[in-house]
Amino acid sequence: MTSGRLLGAIAAAGLLLAAVVGGAVPPHAPGRQFADFSYAPPMWPHVRDAAGHWRRPFVYPLRLVNRLERTFQEDRAHPVTLRWMSDGALLSGDGPGGPWLALGGDALGRDILARLLAGARLSLAVSLVAAAGALLFGAVLGAVAGFTAGRLDGLIMRTADFVLVLPAIYVVIVLRAAMPLVLSTTQVFWTLAGVLALAGWPQPARGVRAIVRLERRREYAEAALALGAGPARILLRHLLPATRGFLAVQLTLLLPAFILAEATLSFVGFGFAEPTPSWGVMLQDAAQAGVLAETPWLAAPAAAIALSVLALHLLVQNSPAAGPSTVLDSKVNQIS
Amino acid sequence: MHPGLFPFVLRRAGAALMLVLVVSSSVLVLAHVAPPADAFGTDPRVLAAERHRLGLDRPLPQQYAAWLARAVRLDLGESLHFHRPVSGLIRERAGRTLLLGLSALALATALGVPAGILTGSRRGGALAGATRGTSVVLLSAPPLIMSLVVLLIAARTGWLPAGGVPDTAAGAGWGAALAATARYLILPTLALGLPVAATIERLQSASIRAALDEPCMAAARARGVPLQRIVWRHALRLSLGPVLAVYGIIIGSVLSGSFAVEVVLSWSGLGQLMYQALQARDLYLAAGCAAAGAVCLALGIFITDVAAVLVDPRIAGAS
Repeated sequence: MTSGRLLGAIAAAGLLLAAVVGGAVPPHAPGRQFADFSYAPPMWPHVRDAAGHWRRPFVYPLRLVNRLERTFQEDRAHPVTLRWMSDGALLSGDGPGGPWLALGGDALGRDILARLLAGARLSLAVSLVAAAGALLFGAVLGAVAGFTAGRLDGLIMRTADFVLVLPAIYVVIVLRAAMPLVLSTTQVFWTLAGVLALAGWPQPARGVRAIVRLERRREYAEAALALGAGPARILLRHLLPATRGFLAVQLTLLLPAFILAEATLSFVGFGFAEPTPSWGVMLQDAAQAGVLAETPWLAAPAAAIALSVLALHLLVQNSPAAGPSTVLDSKVNQIS
Repeated sequence: MHPGLFPFVLRRAGAALMLVLVVSSSVLVLAHVAPPADAFGTDPRVLAAERHRLGLDRPLPQQYAAWLARAVRLDLGESLHFHRPVSGLIRERAGRTLLLGLSALALATALGVPAGILTGSRRGGALAGATRGTSVVLLSAPPLIMSLVVLLIAARTGWLPAGGVPDTAAGAGWGAALAATARYLILPTLALGLPVAATIERLQSASIRAALDEPCMAAARARGVPLQRIVWRHALRLSLGPVLAVYGIIIGSVLSGSFAVEVVLSWSGLGQLMYQALQARDLYLAAGCAAAGAVCLALGIFITDVAAVLVDPRIAGAS
């Protein structure tokens, strides 16, 4: 395992951890608004106070100075020491002066960190469900194509090549637009997962077909046939296990593409909608030149997306199962 | 000229036409089956009359046949949302997407191919390592993220316009118009081109490394040909084939990425128009946009296919 892959594995594990337990870290619900903290800047933890003494990690609470100009001032006189396991959260820094918004507040004065972590859970969940769907769909179609090797094979592979050549984001958007535009959050979740799975199946299908075609001529498959196993048994019991390594690599390739696609769809308004905390929805606020210049911390989800994608890329890079060209092949196809 | 070239070109042209037809038809059908947007407070009778006037109440096969009959004469119907002929709207917007896509592709090629040769031909070294690292980072910053990054830079520094399209006065000379267009084009091109450049760099790198491993390269080395000459003259030619082969797919990802760039940086092109059309349930406009996008895509794939055969005539016989 190279250092790059190790780094990627650690970062990916961190992402997973953030998605699973992240909701418990900040003491605020992602939807809670703090009226005086709209566009509040990040409040970084300090370990040295004004006098130069080392202390336990603490934050200076923020005070709103001018609502119109959105200026804030650090209250240096009343530092708040960060507390573990209090206020029903892993880490809390709320004081009498106001809440601790580690990554600042958004337009409505909501905790960006809390929304980011809730978004990680949502984004990863959609992507995982969609990737599972795409792999299942791709594996079934690829296996059928590779096993029958006739007219059906030609049809499936032609369709796969056709979908592959199309700009992926348009496939997703057109499919999404064929659904009702206004949906509840749960409906959006399943719609997005389904649409992404429909757009992502060709690459796994092609690989599974190639492996199945190769493996079915091997001695063990012939032996199973000679022993009287039916096609379904040979396929499920003997041939599909051979594709496990390939499918695991495909999963790591599909995930970043789907995370990105979810963000893009939600960003343009075809995915999740306010007030659901999704990375794409959060970026809507940030994507105006004026807002972005004044309050760049609103773009935190962009950094989160880039880091997640980087982590997953590093994880799959140079992996022995991927082969040298797999990353490249599917890289150029990525939904971006 | 290679004898197999003409039938090959004909087959590829047929495939390109198929692509345009299938894409635009499936978008039309999908937009048709999509549940209509709510017509808040509209009198149902008015609604029915309007649907009849637009021909939306006829059965789908009839509508499709009528659309197809007009489409082959390049009449794509009227946009239900903008109340303008679709072809006019598309001509306006497709030009911008084409300009952005081509400049991004040019930038990506100009950066990616030399960088890939560098990283592919050297095992170690600080420069190659730094290039490789930059590539991996850029691959993780797709157009959506890159356009936010360039937007932040533009908004903070004020060096270049933060999005939008050039507004060229009719009286200004074409020199001024060109300069204005270039100023507005720089940021979207960077946002779209840099991630693609990283993709091309990785491909070119792998391809040249494979080419250098060929026995003929070892033979050239043994004869005393300098390494630089081997890389730039012999291995480069061998490595271009595989890279060219994926350009068709890269064109697709450029179109894909241009959607995010157009939305974030307000470069009102085909992607934005398509999005508006889909949201407004404007089926003729959506189908028209899809047709225009498919024409760009099919043309790009066609050109790469033919170029790949010109580089390596063996391909024509294989497919």
